Amino acid sequence: MSGSTTHQFKENAERQLADEDLRQALTKSKGHFTGGRQNAMDKLPEFDALRDKSRDIKEHVLENLDFYLETYEQNVIDSGGQVHWARTAKDAQDIVLEICRSVGATSVNKGKSMIGEECDINEALEANGIRAVETDLGEYIIQIRNERPSHIIAPAVHLTKAQVEQSFRETHTHLDPDRILEEPPTLLEEARTVLRKKYFEAEVGITGANFLVAETGSSIIVTNEGNGDLSQLLPKVHIVLASIEKVVPTLEDASTFLRVLARSATGQEFSVYTTVSTGPRRAEDPDGPEEYHVILLDNGRTGMLGTEFQDMLRCIRCGACMNHCPVYQSVGGHAYGWVYPGPMGAVLSPSLLGVDEAGHLPNASTFCGRCEEVCPVRIPLPKLMRHWREREFERHLTPRAARTGIRLWAFFAQRPALYRWATGLQMRLMGAMGRRRGRFSSVPLAKGWTKYRDLPAPEGKTFQQQWAAQQKLGRS
Amino acid sequence: MENPRVALFVTCLVDLFRPSVGFATVKLLEDAGCTVEVPRQQTCCGQPAYNTGDKADTKAIARQVIEAFEGYDYVVAPSGSCAGMISQHYPALFADDAAWSTRAQKLAERTHELVSFLTDVRGVDGVGGEFSGAVTYHDSCSGLRELSIHDQPRRLLGSVEGLHLRELPDANVCCGFGGTFCVKYADISDRMVETKIQAVIDTGADTLLAGDLGCLMNMAGKLQREGAGIQVRHVAEVLAGMTDKPAIGEPGKD
Amino acid sequence: MVANRDGILDDIRRSQGRDGPIDDQRAAELRARMASPTRNLLPARADLPASEVIDLFQSMAESVFATVDRVADMSAVPEVLTDYLKRENLPAQVVMAPDPSLDDAPWSDQPLLEIRRGVPQESDMVSVTSAPAAIAETGTLAMFSGADHPSTLNFLPETHVVVLPVDRISKNYEDVWDLIRQRVDAGEMGPNERMPRTVNLVTGPSRSGDIEQTLLLGAHGPRRLHIILVDTDETA
Repeated sequence: MSGSTTHQFKENAERQLADEDLRQALTKSKGHFTGGRQNAMDKLPEFDALRDKSRDIKEHVLENLDFYLETYEQNVIDSGGQVHWARTAKDAQDIVLEICRSVGATSVNKGKSMIGEECDINEALEANGIRAVETDLGEYIIQIRNERPSHIIAPAVHLTKAQVEQSFRETHTHLDPDRILEEPPTLLEEARTVLRKKYFEAEVGITGANFLVAETGSSIIVTNEGNGDLSQLLPKVHIVLASIEKVVPTLEDASTFLRVLARSATGQEFSVYTTVSTGPRRAEDPDGPEEYHVILLDNGRTGMLGTEFQDMLRCIRCGACMNHCPVYQSVGGHAYGWVYPGPMGAVLSPSLLGVDEAGHLPNASTFCGRCEEVCPVRIPLPKLMRHWREREFERHLTPRAARTGIRLWAFFAQRPALYRWATGLQMRLMGAMGRRRGRFSSVPLAKGWTKYRDLPAPEGKTFQQQWAAQQKLGRS
Repeated sequence: MENPRVALFVTCLVDLFRPSVGFATVKLLEDAGCTVEVPRQQTCCGQPAYNTGDKADTKAIARQVIEAFEGYDYVVAPSGSCAGMISQHYPALFADDAAWSTRAQKLAERTHELVSFLTDVRGVDGVGGEFSGAVTYHDSCSGLRELSIHDQPRRLLGSVEGLHLRELPDANVCCGFGGTFCVKYADISDRMVETKIQAVIDTGADTLLAGDLGCLMNMAGKLQREGAGIQVRHVAEVLAGMTDKPAIGEPGKD
Repeated sequence: MVANRDGILDDIRRSQGRDGPIDDQRAAELRARMASPTRNLLPARADLPASEVIDLFQSMAESVFATVDRVADMSAVPEVLTDYLKRENLPAQVVMAPDPSLDDAPWSDQPLLEIRRGVPQESDMVSVTSAPAAIAETGTLAMFSGADHPSTLNFLPETHVVVLPVDRISKNYEDVWDLIRQRVDAGEMGPNERMPRTVNLVTGPSRSGDIEQTLLLGAHGPRRLHIILVDTDETA
């Protein structure tokens, strides 16, 4: 599963477009997310002002990131926890493995973590003989299907219930094969029972973090199922995987983000469980982990700071951009070929994987602007995608046909007289050819267009020609 | 302003494919008390190069547009996309060039999309025309999100006698045109326009309107390929009462 | 790993055009910002008189499928709890937080109610805890880990019953942070003088929408969250 297929975006997309199950699943989820967000917004008059505030806090953090990380680190240590710094995904894997070995772990429970996906932590654990169990229902489903999440907050959004049923039947072979399983409640019930056992078996629990609080050295996770809590409370060791830009100064600042996060993500006013974890259990605590580790991951993010892509580091991973993206809603998350799909992935993936690998993503956008319109931290996603296109153009990574075409067109566009002559001629020709039907079904140089739609024929003489003629005649 | 001098930025697509939208625009502007001129040195706003990442050519074309359109009271385009390019993106292009930045900024401030110019700048609250039938309206992305054009066309359409507007569900969702996107990612674009025209068909309207010719050609082309029998026109044609020409992609009268 | 740490911090500084940490004056400003955290924008929604704050809490909690009973004082809690368990067809058998504030209720009035105090086992069906604070803005309960409140009580049993004196309901999340800071300063948060290990903000029972976005309650945590609001002297 590991590795990126982002460079094959077009082929991936083609395959996804042909997938009827996917189409059905996406159609069902779309209105749920967009309508939910709208509804939550309508109920909170301060929503837009909170978005401004959220953007400002993140900007403040990024300007002083080294200070807040050091403060955070000190407070984790002071509360009895340990902080590990990872330059790369491989570093993060090694640190996780080292901690697991130190307690002789054979089984690890995972709460949903996109950093875990980014670092392929499950693969690293399995390769070293440690069982990794995803406990979030959506993550569990895709784990048993050996897939990547197709969405950053709804990992199994690409699947229908029939597909989930099939996977459960194939995996839970110890259960009665004749059991009734087709509806979501029975599916959930089965997953709950299967996973409940595993919670008690793991020596280590791994979660992500939505926020790290510098003031207190706390990590915050936001979930709906409660799996992230059981995963961190029951095992001996709690490991938090977080990227460096997750730090915020205070609990008050975190509260501002919490007010926009769930509303943007699922349309909930607040997620069911917001959990603030600070260090390991205390001497007097009757439960909780004995060890608390935080792994701070860079993996390319410092390289975005101070560049035109710094704005992307404000992202709080709500998924609103993909929920509102007509491209994502057409091809689904797997087409993007790696961990982060949709508009946020189109900006972030080239930063983390390199634009050679992920160059398609920022191009596969109509710049419709809906992502920017809904982003809770006001990331100008289309602008950032355009920056990637500029870098690709500078580095001659733009496909040759597109590059030649655009330069040829630009040559004419910069020579108005020549342009008028050439286009005038061409439009008259096309106009004459297309007059009878009014449109073309096939145009040799515009196959991309006419493969799926007719091309309306031009009226004939250009506006410029007609206007000039009228002016000559003394239009009054 | 009593009788402003307005430069028409006709846009490359209207110039080449549908001049009648240009003439409808001229009529609407003149009806609103403007004197219309058409600067001869215009070709395109540069958006194809801009969105391909070709910054050098974009800037060269932008300089040409700025030179050609300086000195008018207003610049008006029958397109939210091209008007948005000039008014929202040109200034940023020259952020590192003080002289051009000032000129770009001045032009940006005077540049408007047609329908919002009529309502918001000229205070037009109705047009005289009539049109019989049920129409539906698609909000093109740039006009909607860069220029906040939403109510203006609906208000003016509401003043057209005989016209019945049926709101299009998801009218604010992209039709899949996206300039070169629709040929570079034809398969994805097709799924998007397919979703769009299904919504159009479901309204039961017999005419589809929008304010940007790119989106209109995309949706018209798909509707015709599917044989949907829905007429597609630029909103200016209906507002100007100039619907004698065949709709977009329809056969000419011999 | 020290190399990683220094390399990351160096890269951050370089991106800001610095060769070292931020200057002392700036650091002092940032430390001051954290030492006395200012509240950012608070929604006006919860800015209400005390009695309406309670009503808001209740309606918000109910809107996320928590259920609510309201009683006049602690003496009514055991009976209301027993009735609730009966109503939901649950066994009269609970695991209860060793929280002294729950001792005020006359549990012996309900001789059939079996109570064990402490950490929940896999087989426990119902937990009963108090909550030191609650937030009206979103109908959220706040629970702090500690000797008197094992955090697993909030997650393991299928039903979680929370006894909440209404004078603990505040308006916003920020009120809870202040409460924690006060208690830490007063030495009431245990000997560590720090945040409790686990602060759980709980808004309704557990749920998942991961299968076709169908909302289902009881994904891993409790299927039912029942809140018994207890009026206090000021509100009675």
